[in-house]
Amino acid sequence: MKQVMDPTVPQVGYLKIEPPVAREGDTATIDAKNIYYRQLNEAVRRAYADGAKKVVLENVNGQRYIGNGITGKDLKIEVRGTAGNDMAMFMNGPTVEVFGNAQDGVSNTMNAGTVIVHGDAGDVLGYGMRGGRVFIKGDVGYRVGIHMKAYEGLVPAMVCGGKARDFFGEYMAGGMLVLLGMNSQFEGPLVGGYLGTGMHGGVIYVRGEVEPWQTGKEVGVFEASAEDMAELKPVLEEYCAAQGMDLAEVLSVPFTKLVPVSHRPYGKLYAYT
Amino acid sequence: MPQTLIQPEFKVDIDYDKCHKCGRCVQQCGWGVYAFNERPLPDDAKCRACHRCVTYCPAHCITIKKNDLAMKTNDNWSDAARKSIWKQAETGGVLLTGMGNDKPYQSIFDHLVLDACQVTNPSIDPLREPMELRTYLGRKPDSVSVESDGDGGYRLAEGAGMTNNVELATPIIFSPMSYGSVSLNVHKSLAMAATRLGTLMNTGEGGLHADLYPYAGNVIVQVASGRFGVDPEYLNRGAAIEIKVGQGAKPGIGGHLPGEKIDRQVSSTRMIPQGTDAISPAPHHDIYSIEDLRQLIYSLKEASGYKPVGVKIAAVHNVAAIASGIVRAGADYVYLDGFRGGTGAAPQVIRDNIGIPVEIAVAVVDQRLRDEGIRNQASIIAAGSIRSSADVAKAIALGADVVAIGSATLMALGCHMCQGCHTGCCSWGLTTQKPELTRRVDPEWGAERLVNLVSAWSHEVQEILGALGVNAVESLRGSRERLRAIGLDEQTCRILGVKPAGM
Repeated sequence: MKQVMDPTVPQVGYLKIEPPVAREGDTATIDAKNIYYRQLNEAVRRAYADGAKKVVLENVNGQRYIGNGITGKDLKIEVRGTAGNDMAMFMNGPTVEVFGNAQDGVSNTMNAGTVIVHGDAGDVLGYGMRGGRVFIKGDVGYRVGIHMKAYEGLVPAMVCGGKARDFFGEYMAGGMLVLLGMNSQFEGPLVGGYLGTGMHGGVIYVRGEVEPWQTGKEVGVFEASAEDMAELKPVLEEYCAAQGMDLAEVLSVPFTKLVPVSHRPYGKLYAYT
Repeated sequence: MPQTLIQPEFKVDIDYDKCHKCGRCVQQCGWGVYAFNERPLPDDAKCRACHRCVTYCPAHCITIKKNDLAMKTNDNWSDAARKSIWKQAETGGVLLTGMGNDKPYQSIFDHLVLDACQVTNPSIDPLREPMELRTYLGRKPDSVSVESDGDGGYRLAEGAGMTNNVELATPIIFSPMSYGSVSLNVHKSLAMAATRLGTLMNTGEGGLHADLYPYAGNVIVQVASGRFGVDPEYLNRGAAIEIKVGQGAKPGIGGHLPGEKIDRQVSSTRMIPQGTDAISPAPHHDIYSIEDLRQLIYSLKEASGYKPVGVKIAAVHNVAAIASGIVRAGADYVYLDGFRGGTGAAPQVIRDNIGIPVEIAVAVVDQRLRDEGIRNQASIIAAGSIRSSADVAKAIALGADVVAIGSATLMALGCHMCQGCHTGCCSWGLTTQKPELTRRVDPEWGAERLVNLVSAWSHEVQEILGALGVNAVESLRGSRERLRAIGLDEQTCRILGVKPAGM
């Protein structure tokens, strides 16, 4: 049956108006209720241009691109509510803290900065991310950490406290990806299939064990050594501090380390004509 | 057992009576053809007929000939098919090749002719009358409002006109070729030429080297699935941003720039470690739908202060519907790359068998966008073997706003179409990162040749417009009535929206 929109029901949607901004010291508080993303993000950029160091966004309800492309080490964004897609995409330096859940594409192609989500996050986290920290308290979706990279001083790290779905760390080229499986609301395995498929750089740590069906053929699976744990521990310390978790409990289960078998996984695939 | 069943494709013939024994051929060859023992001794098997040695031989004593070794004639099993089988039986590898599709598919451009004025309407002489080639790349408003200029004329009202368009002095831009696949000197040549011509070069997916920053106002910065070199600064530098979804030479597959091409400079421009493969996944993993594409387009706009964002796709079967989705997703231009487009490296089977000609793609996309009333919302860029100013004019008449040239620019810089780009040994210093080879291209020399080429083609387009009796390239755009087909079947004519000659 063809659906017809009922003209008697008023249309509800985002308002394309400037949001209310309250300024106190170097903190700007913006009420995001019903505000369209474009006006909201403009208000954020304007607050920073006006000298604010911290922006608090109240009543966020799925607005996209929060923190998108913002540059500056000492800047902070606090999100209260559910952050929409592509939060902190291309971000270069600031710290974003979400009191709620985040949707897809968090820290997509991020260059530097810190993202803390006190909840769950969706798919495609940290795609092509080149630096900075992403700390998710709970579960994450599919394609998390795809094509994460590292470059000179920039070495990204992402820690997910819950469970993850398929393609965790696919095509990974650098950095560190950690999965804890602790704060999960799901039954079932810690991580889905194709873990580290096509991986050619970086390292994945998983708290607990992974089974052969879960991993891609381009990764080698090892028990994390004392040396590995020394590398991992500072990142977990940061994570526990950000998420209010007990480091000893996190470390109470042995970790599995996954690294690529080759930096040139497809080097022998071709015959030159 | 013989090492290979494949016999050399060429014979390097040296007239030793004339030879100076200077060894320049040895030094010039990037493929390692020549050994030297009192005189140059060629290994035919390594020769790709790129003519670098021939060009630089002071005695003109080198001739490259086809190896006439007879194979039993067989119209079904071509020599090339037999050689491919031997190669794969020897290696077990996917055949990798460079440059564009070289198979003898019918060229539609070669079966289209343009109109001219005779008697009943006057042609225009572009040498003495103004002939406008200026083109605006980007979204046009649904309507424009004008205001009086206070001097008896009119001008576009402020804020109601062509906001966020990139102005081009000619409808010819340079197509994306990444730093990594081509050398930095090639990138510099392209950037300098684009700036002088008032047109655009395109970074490709390998980032923007710091040496090109002064030219960034004439650069399209590309964002591909590998996201190499993409940060807020990069996005803000360019004149426009392009999302690369596909490439005509390899629709549907990603790219692997081999680790040995990732030297320090390439590494810092792409922002990846030295020596590891630069892998571009086949899809963008944040684009699985038109809605996702819209999300990325607007993410790029948010990050760049709302610069024009275009989308490049390979021309494939359902291109009209895809392009409509792209325009509705908010793209400011759609870049259509036909199946003859070039590449730094692609599997031969993909390059030669996937995709459709750009002529068809441009015609069906233009028609579809017109039918849907959204043609003004995006420009169309046509690419994939634009070989001459005639191809430029025909592509525009079929519906393109702008054409992009890649292979032609490399030829201007010395390329001889030897199809060895993927080897990284280009003797002309174009598709290589070896310093002893890349220094063969002086950017100043390169820029001058590119300016010459595009200026010449632009003049020729003006001549064509004059013959057609119009004084602006705008008037040719989508004007298929000024095209006729010779030797194309009825169905193809209908798809192109072009009548056969005589009608």
